[in-house]
Amino acid sequence: MNFFQKVGIGRSRSAKSAKERLQLVLIHDRAGISPGKLDALKDDLIKVISRHIEIETDAVEITLTKDRDQHRLVADIPLVPNRKRRHTSS
Amino acid sequence: MSATIVTITSGKGGVGKTTATANIGVALASAGERVVCIDADIGLRNLDVVMGLENRIVYDFVDVVEGRCKLRQAMIRDKRLDTLFLIPAAQTRDKTAVSPQDMIRLTDELRQEYDWVLIDSPAGIERGFRNAIAPADLVLIITNPEVSAVRDADRIIGLIEAEEKGPGKLILNRVKPEMIRRGDMLGTDDVLDVLAVELIGIVPEDESVIVATNQGVPVALEGNNKAGQAFVNIARRLKGEEVPFADLGGRDGFFGRITRMMRAGGES
Repeated sequence: MNFFQKVGIGRSRSAKSAKERLQLVLIHDRAGISPGKLDALKDDLIKVISRHIEIETDAVEITLTKDRDQHRLVADIPLVPNRKRRHTSS
Repeated sequence: MSATIVTITSGKGGVGKTTATANIGVALASAGERVVCIDADIGLRNLDVVMGLENRIVYDFVDVVEGRCKLRQAMIRDKRLDTLFLIPAAQTRDKTAVSPQDMIRLTDELRQEYDWVLIDSPAGIERGFRNAIAPADLVLIITNPEVSAVRDADRIIGLIEAEEKGPGKLILNRVKPEMIRRGDMLGTDDVLDVLAVELIGIVPEDESVIVATNQGVPVALEGNNKAGQAFVNIARRLKGEEVPFADLGGRDGFFGRITRMMRAGGES
């Protein structure tokens, strides 16, 4: 360990990434849904919703969150703006 | 008086279940408590060598379950502490030789005459783990400050709650204060943030543990080493004493945080 690491400059901080990775993986573990399953769910969701309304498929985000004891599946599904929609349908 | 049945488990192997069981047993017995340690790791027994009692085994737990001997005959009295006993696991059988009902029936037999029954659980989440937690009044989850061990501990905490054996209490083992200080090891506060469970002990990494295991003399017997002292503190907390937690590399405010957690945790 050199002087700079000793005073806290340029230290590796792997504990921080350990904690962040753990928090992420535990959200999936606890809800019993793997990141891959979540992706499959997202694809299905996009298909179903697209049948009814035009959405920005590339911007769709499905995330798992946890507040207190409740797991929550949060979907952020932006619609294609009106202007753009008219443009593409013409 | 009725014994409290405490199961020590972890999910992941090699995090210190057997060492913790032996040392908490030693620490409780040193304080005059009557203690029986049961090795529930059928087929992979090790509590006998950690306690240094491997040469005195005649009968094992499966012999009791299958009626070849009385429970009392399978109990080995410790060489140094006359209120400490070991019931060894069978070495040539597997986990299916015992059922959760067997565990409950046999530990109930011990309740009247002892103060503590400590069960050393096998790794994993299968039959052996189910057997080990079936009779538990309290489950201690032991983990190390590493991603894989903490993840497995979280899984175990979930299973314990599902079996209505929760809330368990956490032992953080093999903590290296120097690594925490330089930001390369999860600190106690980090692990508690992630797991949301009450803490019962922080055990520093200590070479004395390996020396002790080499000799079959648990570290808590000596009392002049850090790990042994940490196990003595866990035993005291089990008995309901309020013992402050050592600050192993925690950042500022860690101590106050733990004190607050203890108050919130109440007396259970």
